[in-house]
Amino acid sequence: MKVKMLSRNPDNYVRETKFDLQRVPRNYDPALHPFEVPREYVRALNATKLERVFAKPFLASLDGHRDGVNCLAKHPKNLATVLSGACDGEVRIWNLTQRKCIRTIQAHEGFVRGICTRFCGTSFFTVGDDKTVKQWKMDGPGYGEEEEPLHTILGKTVYTGIDHHWKEAVFATCGQQVDIWDEQRTNPICSMTWGFDSISSVKFNPIETFLLGSCASDRNIVLYDMRQATPLKKVILNMRTNTICWNPMEAFIFTAANEDYNLYTFDMRALDTPVMVHMDHVSAVLDVDYSPTGKEFVSASFDKSVRIFPVDKSRSREVYHTKRMQHVICVKWTSDSKYIMCGSDEMNIRLWKANASEKLGVLTSREKAAKDYNQKLKEKFQHHPHIKRIARHRHLPKSIYSQIQEQRIMKEARRRKEVNRIKHSKPGSVPVVSEKKKHIVAVVK
Amino acid sequence: MTANRLTESLLALSQQEELVDLPKDYLLSESEDEGDGDGERKHQKLLEAISSLDGKNRRKLAERSEASLKVSEFNVSSEGSGEKLVLADLLEPVKTSSSLATVKKQLNRVKSKKTVELPLNKEEIERIHREVAFNKTSQVLSKWDPIVLKNRQAEQLVFPLEKEEPIIAPIEHVLSSWKARTPLEQEIFNLLRKNKQPVTDPLLTPVEKASLQAMSLEEAKVRRAELQRARALQSYYEAKARREKKIKSKKYHKVVKKGKAKKALKEFEQLRKVNPAAALEELEKIEKARMMERMSLKHQNSGKWAKSKAIMAKYDLEARQAMQEQLAKNKELTQKLKVASESEEEEGGAEVEELLVPDAVNEVQMNVDGPNPWMLRSCTSDTKEAATEEEDPEQLPEPVAHEVSESEGEERPVAEEDILLREFEERRSLRQRSELNQDAEPADSQETKDSSSQEVLSELRALSQKLKEDHQSRKQKASSEATVPQVQREEPAPEEEEPLLLQRPERVQMLEELEKEECFQNKELSRPVLEGHWSEKTPNNHPDAPKEKKKKEQMIDLQNLLTTQSLSVKSLAVPTIEMLEDEVERNQRQMIKEAFAGDDVIRDFLKEKREAVEASKPKDVDLTLPGWGEWGGVGLKPSAKKRRRFLIKAPEGPPRKDKNLPNVIINEKRNIHAAAHQVRVLPYPFTHHRQFERTIQTPIGSTWNTQRAFQKLTTPKVITKPGHIIKPIKAEDVGYRSSSRSDLSVIQRNPKRVTTRHKKQLKKNSVD
Repeated sequence: MKVKMLSRNPDNYVRETKFDLQRVPRNYDPALHPFEVPREYVRALNATKLERVFAKPFLASLDGHRDGVNCLAKHPKNLATVLSGACDGEVRIWNLTQRKCIRTIQAHEGFVRGICTRFCGTSFFTVGDDKTVKQWKMDGPGYGEEEEPLHTILGKTVYTGIDHHWKEAVFATCGQQVDIWDEQRTNPICSMTWGFDSISSVKFNPIETFLLGSCASDRNIVLYDMRQATPLKKVILNMRTNTICWNPMEAFIFTAANEDYNLYTFDMRALDTPVMVHMDHVSAVLDVDYSPTGKEFVSASFDKSVRIFPVDKSRSREVYHTKRMQHVICVKWTSDSKYIMCGSDEMNIRLWKANASEKLGVLTSREKAAKDYNQKLKEKFQHHPHIKRIARHRHLPKSIYSQIQEQRIMKEARRRKEVNRIKHSKPGSVPVVSEKKKHIVAVVK
Repeated sequence: MTANRLTESLLALSQQEELVDLPKDYLLSESEDEGDGDGERKHQKLLEAISSLDGKNRRKLAERSEASLKVSEFNVSSEGSGEKLVLADLLEPVKTSSSLATVKKQLNRVKSKKTVELPLNKEEIERIHREVAFNKTSQVLSKWDPIVLKNRQAEQLVFPLEKEEPIIAPIEHVLSSWKARTPLEQEIFNLLRKNKQPVTDPLLTPVEKASLQAMSLEEAKVRRAELQRARALQSYYEAKARREKKIKSKKYHKVVKKGKAKKALKEFEQLRKVNPAAALEELEKIEKARMMERMSLKHQNSGKWAKSKAIMAKYDLEARQAMQEQLAKNKELTQKLKVASESEEEEGGAEVEELLVPDAVNEVQMNVDGPNPWMLRSCTSDTKEAATEEEDPEQLPEPVAHEVSESEGEERPVAEEDILLREFEERRSLRQRSELNQDAEPADSQETKDSSSQEVLSELRALSQKLKEDHQSRKQKASSEATVPQVQREEPAPEEEEPLLLQRPERVQMLEELEKEECFQNKELSRPVLEGHWSEKTPNNHPDAPKEKKKKEQMIDLQNLLTTQSLSVKSLAVPTIEMLEDEVERNQRQMIKEAFAGDDVIRDFLKEKREAVEASKPKDVDLTLPGWGEWGGVGLKPSAKKRRRFLIKAPEGPPRKDKNLPNVIINEKRNIHAAAHQVRVLPYPFTHHRQFERTIQTPIGSTWNTQRAFQKLTTPKVITKPGHIIKPIKAEDVGYRSSSRSDLSVIQRNPKRVTTRHKKQLKKNSVD
C-alpha cells in the first residue's frame, strides 16, 4: 500500500546561516488580509506623525567668524571641506566632520565679496572690496611660511562676485562689467557689458560651460556666451535679482532669487515666462543653491529663514530657522545632497540636514525597507486631509508667521480688486495676466 | 534708403559743381550785364526762347540776385531747367577729344557701380550679434531636451550618475613590489612554482595551454554536446527504471511479466525459423526456467499469500479468483511440455486441482447443490447447459438472459465473470424450482444454517439481475415500446426477495427515462395510455409518483409557451403587412406599456422616499417597564396611562431638504467623521476619480505583496549614496560628444574685437 505523505523541500524552510531570518511562508490571499486601505491609511498616518516627531534638521553651528558671513564655497573634491568669507575680509576653511575651523586667512580689506574654488580643488579665488582678485592655495602654508596669495590682481573697479569655470583655467568676475580671466594673465581676456549698472553676481553654467548668467542692480538678468564673447539676452523683472543658480542636471534651467520675496525658475530659451514662481518667503531672497540632484533647491532669505523648494512646486516643502539665526546671506547644498549650509549675519555657519527627519549613518536593510515603505505610504496618502495637515505643519517664528498672515491679506485684497475691476469693466478691456507673467517687465534681445 | 538718397544728392551736387565750372568761358557776357534794366532782361528771355526753339537743350544758369564776393557752391541749382542733370550731358562736349578716353572710361565704371550702404549704428549691430548668438546657443541647448525629459519622468534616478570603476592594478604590478616573507607565503609560492602555475598575466598552466591548443573550440563543443546527450539519456533511463521499480501495483507487474514472456516467445519463434540450433538451446533454457520455477514451489498454495487468500476466499470473490488463477498457473507449470496424451494429463491435473482447492471455496457450492462435489465441475465446463435448459422450460427470462449474455460474451473481456454468473443463475433457478415444487418443504433449516453463504448468494443474484437488466434496457432503447411490457412482465417475478427491492429505485428511474423518451416521440396520444399502464403496474411506488407529475407539468408548460409564442408571432406579422403608420406607433406604445406593465416606477420611488423619510425621523423612546407597579406577565400590557407617561417623544428634527422636492431623495446621512478623512477634491495629476481610487486601493505593503513586488513598489525615486560627490551631468554621461574645442581656445581665437571693445570701455570708464 502506498502511504501518502507531505514532503517539503528543505530549501524552502531551512536558512543558510544562523544569521539569516527565519523564512516564514505566507499566504497572500487578499481574503485573509482584509481592510488593506484602512490599515495602510493608519500606517501612513503614523509614518507622517513619526516624520514630524523625528524632524530635527539642525546639526551644527560653526562659529569663529568675527563678522557676518558673506559668502560660502564648497570644495569640489572633498565633502568635508567648506570655505567661507566674512564681511571683515576674513576667509575661513572648515572641516565639517570635526566641525572645526582649520585655517584662517585675512584675505581682504573690507568685505570678502565672493569666493570660489578651482574645479580641481587645489586653490581658490576671492574678491573683495579692495578691488583685488586673489588666488590662494587650498593647503595651508608650511611651517614658517607666511600666508600669502598665489596671485593678486589689482583691478580698476570693485568686484562684487566671482565664479570659476567648471572645466578650464578660466574664471569670471563681475562688478561694472563681466570680465573673463585667464588664470595666467593679469588682464581679462574678455569683458562683456550691457547697460551700465553694477552686476551683483555671475555664475557659470555647470553643463554647457561656456554659458554665464549674471544679475544686475537695474533689475535685469543677463545671459552671456563666453565663446562668442557676447551677451545673449536680458530679462527685466519687477525688482532686482540678487543671485541666480543653474540647475546642475538640466542645462537650460536656472533659478533667480529676487528682492520681491519670490524665486523664479527660468528656461533660458524662453525668458518671457518663468517656468515656475516659487513663493513662500516673506522678505527678500538673498541666495539660492541647487541640490546636486537637480530636483530641489534651497534659498536663503532676509526673513531669517532657509527654505527648500522642489523645482516643480511653487511652495516650499521645508523651512528652517532658529531663534539665533539672523538674516541668512548665503546658502549652499553639499555635493552629496545630504546637507545644507547657511551663513548668516550673526557670524555663524549652520549645518542642516536636507531631509529633516532622515536618520543619519548606515541603515540596515530592514530599516531601509521600512523607510522606503513609509515614504511611499506618505506619498500615496498625501492628499488625505489629516495626513496633509500633519505633513504641512511647521512651527514658525512669530515674525514670519505674522508676516505671512499680513501678506496673505494683502494678496487677497489685490486679487479682489483685480477681480472687481474685470467684473465692472467692458469685457476684454482689462486683460487677465497670469501670475507667472506678472513679474516680467520685458525681455530685451 | 536715407543713405541712398544722400549719396544721390551728393552726386548731383558734384555734377552741379562741374556745371558751374564748365560754361564759365563762353557765357560770361550774359552774366555780366545782368544788372541792367527790365528791357534787357526781357530781351534775354526772348533770346533764350529763340535758342530753345532750335531743339538744342540749353542749360539754364543759376541766377544770382545779390552780389557777393564768394560764389557758394551750395547755391548752385538746376532751377528752371525742370530736368535732372545726367552725366552723359556733361560728357557730350568731351566726345571728340581722344585724350580724355581714360577719364571717360573711369567715369563709366563709376556709373555702373552701385553705391555702398551706410554702416548700421553700433547698437543695432550688437543686437543682431546677440540674436544670432542666442539662436545658436538655444540650438546647442535643445540637444538636452530628451535627456531632461527622461530624467524628469524616470521612475528612479541613481546618483552619482557616472559609474565609478574601481581601479584594479594588474597583478604583475602588485607582485613586483611584493615578496613572500612569512613561511606560509613562501610555501604557497613554492607550490605554485612547482606546479608551473603562472603567477603573472596569462593565467594558464602549460598543460591547460596545450590542451587548449590540441582541441579546437568547435570540436570541443561537439564532443561536449555528445557527452551531455549520453549522460542525459543514461539518467533518463535510470530514472525510468527506478520509477518502474517503485510501482507497487501488482497488476502492472503482472502485465509487464506477461508482456515479457510473450516477447520472449515471439523471439523464440523467430529464432526457430532462423537458427534452429540456437532455438534448441533457448528451448532448453526455457525448460530449465520452468523447472526452476516448479521446484521453487512458488505456485503451490503453501505460501503466506496463498494461505491468506484461502482465508479471504470465503468472503471475497476476487480472492477466490486469484486462488483459481494461481491454481491454473500451477497446473500449467507442472505440465510437461508435451503435446501427446493431453486428455489424460488433464484429468490428472483436474484431480490435483480438486485436491488443492481449499474447503472454503467449495463449501458454498456444496451447500447449494447438496452433497455432490462433482456439480462444480459440471457447472464450470458448460456442457450441461443444454440439459438445464431442457429441465426448466417454463422459466422464460433466464434463457433470454443467457442468450443475451452469450451474444455479448464475445465483446466482453471478462468471460470468467460471465461463467460464474451463469453458474449462480442456474443454481438459483434450481432452488426456485425446488421451492415451487415442494412448497411446504422446510428449506428454512438450510437457510438458517448458512446465513452468510445465503447473503453472498443473494448479492450475487442481485448482481446478475442488474447485468441482465442492463442488457435488456440496452435492447429496449434500440427497439421501441414492444419491450416495455416484457420488462414489466418480468418485474413481479423476483419481487419477494430482498436484494431486488434494494435494486428497485434505480430500475424505476430507468423506466421513467424510457417513458420520457417515448413521450417525446409519441406525444400526447400515447401518453395517457402509458400513464394508465404505469399506474396500474406500479401501485406501490408512491414516492416516485409526484416526481412524474412534476415532469408532466413541466411539459405542459412548455406546450403552453409554444402555443402562445406562435400566436404572438401571428399578431406581429399582420400589421407589418397592411397597417397604417400611426397605428403602428400606437401599437408600439401599447407594446411598451405591456412590456413595462409590471413595474410602476413612480410608485416605487414614492415608496422608497417614504421609507427614507421614515428612517430618518427620530424615534420615540419608550421607557415603560411592564410589571412595575402593576401585574405583569404574558398577555398583560402596561396600562395606557403608564405608557403615555413613560414615552419620551423625540423632538421634531429639522425639516428635510427634499421636503418640497417631490422627485428627489436627498440623503442627509453623510458621515462627518469619515468625511474628515476623505479627499474632497480630485488631486492634480489624476483626471478621473476612479483612477485615484484605484491607486489608493492597491496596497503596497509586504502584508499584501510578495517580497519582490513589495521591493518594486517601494523603490524610492531618487537614490543618493552617502559620502559620494554628485557632479553635474556631463555630455559624455548621456552619450553625447562634448565639444572638443575648449571654451578658452575659442575666445583666444577671436580676441581682436573683444580687446578693442574692452579698450573703449576702459576709456569710457576713465573719462567717467
